[in-house]
Amino acid sequence: MIVELGHFATILALGIAAGLAVVGYLSATRRNWARSATVLAAAQLLAVASGFAALLYAFLTSDFSVLYVTENSNTALPWYYKLSAAWGGHEGSFLLWTLMLAAWTWAVSIAGRRVPAEIHGRVLGTLGLLNAGFLLFLLSVSSPFERLIGGPAEGSDLNPLLQDFGQIVHPPMLYLGYVGFAVAFAFAVAALLARRLDAVWARWTRPWANVAWAFLTVGIALGSWWAYYELGWGGWWFWDPVENASFMPWLAGTALIHSLAVTEKRGAFKSWTVFLAIAAFSLSLLGAFIVRSGVLTSVHAFAVDPERGLYLLAFVVLAVGGALTLYGLRAPAIRARAHYWGLSRELMLLCNNLVLVLALAVILIYTLYPLAYEAVTAGEKTSIGPPYYNRVFVPLALALAAVLAVMPVSRWRRTPVVLFRNIGVMLVIALALGVLLPLVLGGAIAIGAMLAVGLGLWIAMTHVTDFRRRRRSLTRSYLGMVIAHLGFAISVVGVGVTSEFSHAVDARMTIGDSVKLNDVEYRLNRVERVEGPNYTADRVEFTTDTGVALYPEKRHYPARNQVMTEAGIAPGFLGDLYITLGEQLPDGSWGVRINDKPLVRWVWLGALLMAFGGILAVTDARYRRLSRRQSLPSRAVSGEPAVT
Amino acid sequence: MEVARSVSLGWRRTRHIAEGEAEARPSNAGRPALGRYGTWPTCLAMLLAAACLGASAIDGFDFLDAETAERYQRLITEFRCPKCLNESIASSGAPIAVDLRRTVRRLMEEGAADDDIRDHLQERYGDFVLYDPPFKPSTWFLWFSPLILLVTVVFVFRRVARLGAVDEPAPEDLDRARRLLRDAD
Amino acid sequence: MNRAKLFVPATLFGVLVIVLYLGFTLRDPTLLPSALLDKPFPGFDLPVLAGAPGERATRDRLLGETRLVNVWATWCPTCLAEHGELMRIRAETGLSIVGISYKDDSRKARQWLAHYGDPYDFNVVDLDGDLGVDLGVYGAPETFLVDAEGIIRFKHVGDVNPGVWRDEFEPRIAALKGKDEVAENRL
Repeated sequence: MIVELGHFATILALGIAAGLAVVGYLSATRRNWARSATVLAAAQLLAVASGFAALLYAFLTSDFSVLYVTENSNTALPWYYKLSAAWGGHEGSFLLWTLMLAAWTWAVSIAGRRVPAEIHGRVLGTLGLLNAGFLLFLLSVSSPFERLIGGPAEGSDLNPLLQDFGQIVHPPMLYLGYVGFAVAFAFAVAALLARRLDAVWARWTRPWANVAWAFLTVGIALGSWWAYYELGWGGWWFWDPVENASFMPWLAGTALIHSLAVTEKRGAFKSWTVFLAIAAFSLSLLGAFIVRSGVLTSVHAFAVDPERGLYLLAFVVLAVGGALTLYGLRAPAIRARAHYWGLSRELMLLCNNLVLVLALAVILIYTLYPLAYEAVTAGEKTSIGPPYYNRVFVPLALALAAVLAVMPVSRWRRTPVVLFRNIGVMLVIALALGVLLPLVLGGAIAIGAMLAVGLGLWIAMTHVTDFRRRRRSLTRSYLGMVIAHLGFAISVVGVGVTSEFSHAVDARMTIGDSVKLNDVEYRLNRVERVEGPNYTADRVEFTTDTGVALYPEKRHYPARNQVMTEAGIAPGFLGDLYITLGEQLPDGSWGVRINDKPLVRWVWLGALLMAFGGILAVTDARYRRLSRRQSLPSRAVSGEPAVT
Repeated sequence: MEVARSVSLGWRRTRHIAEGEAEARPSNAGRPALGRYGTWPTCLAMLLAAACLGASAIDGFDFLDAETAERYQRLITEFRCPKCLNESIASSGAPIAVDLRRTVRRLMEEGAADDDIRDHLQERYGDFVLYDPPFKPSTWFLWFSPLILLVTVVFVFRRVARLGAVDEPAPEDLDRARRLLRDAD
Repeated sequence: MNRAKLFVPATLFGVLVIVLYLGFTLRDPTLLPSALLDKPFPGFDLPVLAGAPGERATRDRLLGETRLVNVWATWCPTCLAEHGELMRIRAETGLSIVGISYKDDSRKARQWLAHYGDPYDFNVVDLDGDLGVDLGVYGAPETFLVDAEGIIRFKHVGDVNPGVWRDEFEPRIAALKGKDEVAENRL
């Protein structure tokens, strides 16, 4: 009954979303409709949330007469995995997606009240239209509420890989980011429709873009961390199509939040910024299509279904094609005249954008190349692996780091040459340390790691110097920027060092054996049988001569008759020790892989700092002022040189 | 013991398989333009036989020296598991990945060079198994497209940011001019 | 002119959609084409399943006529699904089918053949899958069409069902037979 009510609420949500689309656009020109749009946004959230709550209820009570619950749950699951199993499959995760879009829509309807009605109404209308499309998709071809006649007594269980803390937090964060870009997208569409693409538009969009970007950053970092500890081979990024599907919107979003800065402060780059706002969400949609249609083989693929794929493709064509056509018709024409002198901050941000978009374009081409190649050659297959991506992405990331290091001294319009005086000295010091530190601590010459450490230090030095200079007049948006940039530096150092200085050894070990890796001796002490809530496991105890204990496991899940390895990890700020078990061999010994991963946590730590910086910037006083004041006079900033 | 494949949850597939087998119909019947979905029984085989993600991919080979062990580790990450969805044979637990790792090890022991090993697997499994295909006509596009894009970006950059074009009025002056004009309005 | 530039993204997006649509409708991402088409069947020297004690077979035993070479195992449910069709093909067309017992327990394989019937001329035992690797096999069942000279002419991955037999195998076998007859007439 509850499930039917949930299903009904979701159908109702579709109606409300369609209503919001109509009322939203109407309210842009008719003042008295504005209130109804806000009410509808709240009603939509309530309806979708009821649907989602019903699904959670079905999972919590293990209602196996619901097909989706049967596929993804089991009575033996602990309650928290029962709940997270609600987004363990395609249908439920899509419901979560629509829930988040409804939540963003509601947030915009509340926080954006001060935005002029001609924009606000169209934003809500666009968001309503998008969610109506998603809900129609959900209800027509991928309903999680489908019943089974005479459901089984036991469910087929959640995939053991997903029985993990990562599954609880990673998808919601990722979806909050993906869907959050819908707000920037809607603002772009609204501004194009209303022909009000100005610096004030950038100021309205910026907080939303920042928050969505921060969520996506956290989501990607969590996914990377999860893959690292769960999949058992110690990798944290694989250039898998689905990872790329989340990385491309992130790159577009990163370019967007920087480009928005130029548009807000200087009124420049308008066409480009609005294009990025459209692109970030379009790439999220494209990602959804790639993940859910199974068009590219990925380790993350959902169960594929041709109907769903075609529906999603049609939706992508309508939404993205529509927005880009509107862009072509309405965006301010691009003027080639230049107004940047020397190394201005505009120029720095332009470099940032070009590097990011270049990386994005290459990743997009590489991701789709096997597909295009197969279509062109009628069936020949080829694979593009990490080496191809790394050859392009690593130099670009280092170039980006170099631009970032110079940025703090730059000023809007024109940078006095005198400000560059110290930066060269810092570069020399940073590069010297960059060469020395890996050499002394890692004992090897590794160009990539040296450049990463050097550039990371350079970024840190220039930013800290600038921070000290400004410490009396700090704004939160400045503070957020510094933190995010330091986070980027930390990630760069982490990636560089862990890529070049990780070691691994495979061994065959029995109790009492020890293996030496990178001057640490690992001893296999004992093997014991442990009982988990829904699995049994062999747990092996290793100790090192440095006094660390690791407990890798080999788990057997009877519900699906699956065997999983659970890595034994000794995490540390300066590096992880990481052990995975292979099969127990006929002679009773174990196949063991021992890994040593220096600075691997810096990769995610940096990402978290980036996200924190992004959020902190949103709390800046000028955005709070913005929401209190009735409306900014639209000419206040647009009086600056109209440069695009 | 069978290990189901990856995050994809097989129930829906299984339902298609059941239909396909019960009716024993020709592959593409009733699925216009979607030929790839005609061969569901294959997927059943894949579903059941592939032990890809999260399973162990450690054989416990002993190598005489660390250098050979490292070479082996590097080599096996270069090959894509033909069975799994986008995993190297180093990380895949599928039986075929085990066979391929054993093959790599055997070839190493026979004294094959890295390129010989790549050729050996490529001859048998096609370009698909190479994660880092060499520079050749089918990969030209991959090498040239970043360069073309880079040139495009540099061109755009030069157009937008004519460095050193100091003979134009400074932006401060422009601003002042604009403000004066606006006030005059 | 400048206005036209603004339509560049929409145009690129159109290209992208075409690629996605083609990729989505035309291909099965899990199927791998054989790299061995029109190449000689790899050499082998393996024990024969349920043959005379110590009996072994080599590539030479494949020569002389067009055959199907079927890679199968008792642990593979799809192999059971296609077994009836192989029996039918053998009974109705008389086509020679050679089995490769792939990474399987030979005792179980013999029991299987005794229980479900034996469509094979003979089976070779590929216990550790090395012949499988040489053949580019990535999962059972796979079925190769090998001509009288021992050249691989076609490979099907997945079960051989009546539709696959009719659409994929029959025309190719007819073509090969035709070629053989022409060759014989010339002699």
